[in-house]
Amino acid sequence: MLLTISTTSRPATDLGYLLHKHPDRVQEFAQSIGQAWVFYPEATDERCTAALMLDVDPIRLVRSRDRSAPDFSLGQYVNDRPYAASSLLAVAMADVFRTARSGRCDARPDLAAGPMPLELTLPALRCRGGAELAHRLFEPLGWQVSAEAVPLDEQFPEWGESRYVRLTLTGEVRLADALNHLYVLLPVLDDAKHYWMAPDEVDKLIRAGEGWLAAHPDRALIARRYLGRRTTLTRTALAQLAELGDDTEEALEPPVEEEAAVEPAEETAKKTPLNVARREAVVAVLDELGARSVLDLGCGSGQLVGALLARPQFGRIGATDVSAHALALAARKLRLDRMPEAKLARLTLFQSSLTYRDSRFAGYDAAVLMEVVEHVDPPRLDALERVVFGDARPAHVIVTTPNSEYNVHYEFLTGMRHPDHRFEWTRSDFTGWAAAVCAEYGYSVEFRPVGDDDPDLGPATQMGVFHRD
Amino acid sequence: MTEITIPEMSLVVLVGVSGSGKSTFAAKHFTPTQVISSDFCRGLVADDENDQSSTPDAFDVLHYIVGTRLRRGLLTVVDATNVQYESRRALLELAKAHDVLCDAIVLDVPEEVAVERNAVRPDRDFGSHVIGRQRRDLRRSLGKISRDGFRRVHVLRGDQIDQAVVAYEKAWTDKRELTGPFDLIGDVHGCRAELETLLARLGYVEGAHPEGRTAVFVGDLVDRGPDTPGVLRIVMDMVEAGTALCVSGNHEQKLTRALNGRKVTVSHGLQESLDQLAAQDAAFVARARTFMEGLISHYQLDGGRLVVAHAGLKEAYHGRASGRVRSFALYGDTTGETDEYGLPVRLPWARDYRGRAMVVYGHTPTTEAEWINNTICLDTGVVFGGKLTALRYPERELVSVPAEQMWYEPSRPLTKHGVREPGLLDIADVQGTRYVEIQDGGRIKVREENAAAALEVMSRFAVDPRWLVYLPPTMAPPETSRLDGYLEHPDEAFEEYARAGVGRVVCEEKHMGSRAIAVLAKSPEAAERRFGIAGTGVVYTRTGRPFGMEGLTDRLREAVAPLWDALDTDWVALDCELLPWSAKALGLIRDQYAAVGAAATAALPAAVAALETAAGRGLDVGSHLVRARRRRDNAARFRDAYARYCWPIDGLSGVRLAPFQILACEGRATALEPHSWHLETLGLLDHEIIQPTRHVYVDLASPEDRARASAWWTEMTESGGEGMVVKPVEVPGGRVQPGIKVRGREYLRIIYGPDYTESLDTLRHRFLGKKRSLALREHALGVEALRRLAGGEPLWRVHEPVFAVLAMESEPVDPRL
Repeated sequence: MLLTISTTSRPATDLGYLLHKHPDRVQEFAQSIGQAWVFYPEATDERCTAALMLDVDPIRLVRSRDRSAPDFSLGQYVNDRPYAASSLLAVAMADVFRTARSGRCDARPDLAAGPMPLELTLPALRCRGGAELAHRLFEPLGWQVSAEAVPLDEQFPEWGESRYVRLTLTGEVRLADALNHLYVLLPVLDDAKHYWMAPDEVDKLIRAGEGWLAAHPDRALIARRYLGRRTTLTRTALAQLAELGDDTEEALEPPVEEEAAVEPAEETAKKTPLNVARREAVVAVLDELGARSVLDLGCGSGQLVGALLARPQFGRIGATDVSAHALALAARKLRLDRMPEAKLARLTLFQSSLTYRDSRFAGYDAAVLMEVVEHVDPPRLDALERVVFGDARPAHVIVTTPNSEYNVHYEFLTGMRHPDHRFEWTRSDFTGWAAAVCAEYGYSVEFRPVGDDDPDLGPATQMGVFHRD
Repeated sequence: MTEITIPEMSLVVLVGVSGSGKSTFAAKHFTPTQVISSDFCRGLVADDENDQSSTPDAFDVLHYIVGTRLRRGLLTVVDATNVQYESRRALLELAKAHDVLCDAIVLDVPEEVAVERNAVRPDRDFGSHVIGRQRRDLRRSLGKISRDGFRRVHVLRGDQIDQAVVAYEKAWTDKRELTGPFDLIGDVHGCRAELETLLARLGYVEGAHPEGRTAVFVGDLVDRGPDTPGVLRIVMDMVEAGTALCVSGNHEQKLTRALNGRKVTVSHGLQESLDQLAAQDAAFVARARTFMEGLISHYQLDGGRLVVAHAGLKEAYHGRASGRVRSFALYGDTTGETDEYGLPVRLPWARDYRGRAMVVYGHTPTTEAEWINNTICLDTGVVFGGKLTALRYPERELVSVPAEQMWYEPSRPLTKHGVREPGLLDIADVQGTRYVEIQDGGRIKVREENAAAALEVMSRFAVDPRWLVYLPPTMAPPETSRLDGYLEHPDEAFEEYARAGVGRVVCEEKHMGSRAIAVLAKSPEAAERRFGIAGTGVVYTRTGRPFGMEGLTDRLREAVAPLWDALDTDWVALDCELLPWSAKALGLIRDQYAAVGAAATAALPAAVAALETAAGRGLDVGSHLVRARRRRDNAARFRDAYARYCWPIDGLSGVRLAPFQILACEGRATALEPHSWHLETLGLLDHEIIQPTRHVYVDLASPEDRARASAWWTEMTESGGEGMVVKPVEVPGGRVQPGIKVRGREYLRIIYGPDYTESLDTLRHRFLGKKRSLALREHALGVEALRRLAGGEPLWRVHEPVFAVLAMESEPVDPRL
């Protein structure tokens, strides 16, 4: 991967003093993940260009991988790290140009202190959010931005653009600031989920962002992305099975947080978020039914479980999910390790599947399927029905699911509300399904609206409350 | 000599005061592991066998150990004083809970003897008053111990204790030494004519089979039908002659009670029997009554592999004796409620049956006898105008004769299925650490965390388990090649097989696409019959996920039509590769491969240009420039490598399927056939969607053959092929790899990265052991699933090894192998 820094300030070769690297030498710097070197493709009084090249050793990269990276997926061997400008380049640059980044230059203190004409190029910058985000992040810092998307494969134009841009920044900027901009923003644009190599301590961000980050209009986004979306729970096995089935890992990711990717257009800050409204509605129905024991089927990260635990009238709570990852997350979010014994005794958390009969499902007053059925492939729904309504047979079953008619209210929504949804039902789809279940298994059902209720299109979430005959 | 007879499998409770010699007696007659003593348990929980304060905890442990042994069917002897009724009652309840018989052996020694014995044991420092108290308790007990509930109480006194000999009694239900072959016959209900026809059809001549087969009647010989005495006469003669066995049905039970003058409700055809017997002479009636009274609830046959009971029997009750076992065997698992026809509501015990023994029964009339989890109900309602059915064992063949007429009006119309084998599995079939037994010996362990990962993928993405009859195993590469420029080469594969003693191998072109398993039925009826599911087939991935291409199964069914006749089957399972790779893997290709290619092709030319400019002004960047140029070229090769396996498809146009193995068809696990058979049979397919698999055979003894195959591989891989799979022509056993994949040099860039050829020396240190071991285990599991499928085993048995393959695939292993 390559970064070039050019200037036309005269004499341009003074760039060598600022960078503390001699223009006529090729200098090497050993890095933990490979080799970096600095050389000057051009060095005249009119224009001087320094090039930083980083040669990543993929084998060393694997050894130094982040603990949260999946250990046994091919992705760690075949990836863009050796080519794309990313957090790795930011780390190498910070090391090689450490003094320059601090703004210190005893030979040319005036030059180092003030803005100078600079041109920075990155031929392959990994940029999640596309060229638009590169503009958004660099322009407020005084750069003119040229960001050109790299096509994924020229032979297959239908595949569209890659996540890389050819980036050129030009402007009158202090060199130390320019380096710090890159140091912070390369990882931010990279936003890689794995192979995150930059140290992510908050104070490093604050130091590198001194003088410019606080005033940046997108400082929140920068901070969030810079500090990284780290998952401490490894999903090795799942990542491996994903590749095996020619799927991407994201495609198999368990739907832990269940919310529309896009908020409704007219949703105002005052309104209760839909997930809260749904949880409250479910708890209210359980109260009304006088349920003392509740089974949360598909508990995800345990939002409903937390609400149920907070109410002592629910003496016994079963919480189950098919995803081991979701269960670990629920255990952490509910702070099971420090929960008082009396409270903990009310809860049973276990892995199960809704397509396998399970004796542990029996004996609850009510079962809840909150935003669950739409994650089951339609041909497998009959198995779920038999497991829940035919075999476990609680006195009451509460089912919530999105109302697809309401989706027009989500301005930017294309397709369904969650990538893992296998279907989304209209109100008549839902009532039709519920009627068939009732006829087959001897239940009756009533419907309740949840969330915003459109007079024509119905509620955001539809709820069916089933009672055993 | 005093002989004590105890049941082979039972709980034996020793009774006697401290110092009465119980431990000595137990050590003399039983093995150390059979005897559980309260002293031993006190030691376990208190480090002191005489710590009386630990007694409650010690007995908790004792009851736990005894209960576990009884559940597992082991003879167990409890060595404790047991002089009080309460302690004996707890043990009797334990025996009852596990449906085993319980005997007591009382050692009645004089108090002085016991006191004297304790006195010489310094660890027993309790006073003689303790023994006095125990003695009083025992004396009180002796008067009424026979009413405690023991099967038998053996009281030994004086010399009897030293001279006693223990003998064992086999359970009445234990006929495991009889190995058949058997003809199991369903409910006859007085239909003599049909029974005679059936026996003749089965080959019996005057109540005996010339080949020495044994008839086994599942009970309900009597009531409802036209000639109960005639049926009884046939069966009694055969049983007495030793050519038949018979278990009791509920109708025999009730008829006997009626004949004994007990008050019973005369219903369900009892009147017919009573009337018909009234016309018989008294001697016959007496004989019949004795015969029916002597019928027992169930038999275990053929080493325990076959269990016969009138209404079936769950596994925990096999070979056990108790009131509830008898009641289950006669009436089934009833809820105590009755249905709208006044008949008892029965629980579907067979649905939950997971035992290895085949259970054959009758009792519930249905129109067809059907297998449910290795159990079968043979009551096909002959008396209601249905048919009389027999099952040949071990052949698993059904033989029926139709009713000559409807002899009795059913109170409820006959249904097709009593309990249909459900398409639904139980979580206990897959969760937790499991050991899957393989037919040719051995067990394969599935670790709990792997099962957890598989459960998630299986539940969220896989097709219906009734279709999911197989998942393909992983395959190992050959030992690493030392040839310059190569990581893998055919030589190592040939060498490995030659070393293993394989004579002939086949090299099959490895298609680069997505692995696909196709399970196809000739018609919806065939799918319903064989898989119990609506539809005509599925095509799914290595992880069981449907391909979801509109019309794919129908096109394939069209393409494989020649197989229906060739294999004499109406369904088939095929192992295939679906092309192009981009059809299924486009997301992965774009995310992982094309992205790398795009980054490399954007970055490296710029780097080369920068270095060239620097070189132009005289900087010494020579080695860097050389390296950058090589990497640029490698990146271009990498891009070409993945792009070869991508082409646009439109619906099904452009999609090809390359079948290379016929996994199974009706009654056959064809995966065990030689590969030459597969290639030849698949050669019958001629359809635009079918991509043939090019192949060459290699006689490993011939250097020319080997060289020819290597050249073929080189040519194929240099023109973009993925590589080839080398397999022994005959499916090998033991530790020989079922196949070895030899991948091409360019293809490996997709796996090892664009620049892998720059660091071959490092990469040659790869560890194949785990991959090879997984490949063997997964292959064995796959074959096991197919064998179970072809053998008509229940769904959960087929699902078990299939699920295990998916679980194994989540085991961490170098993904580049």
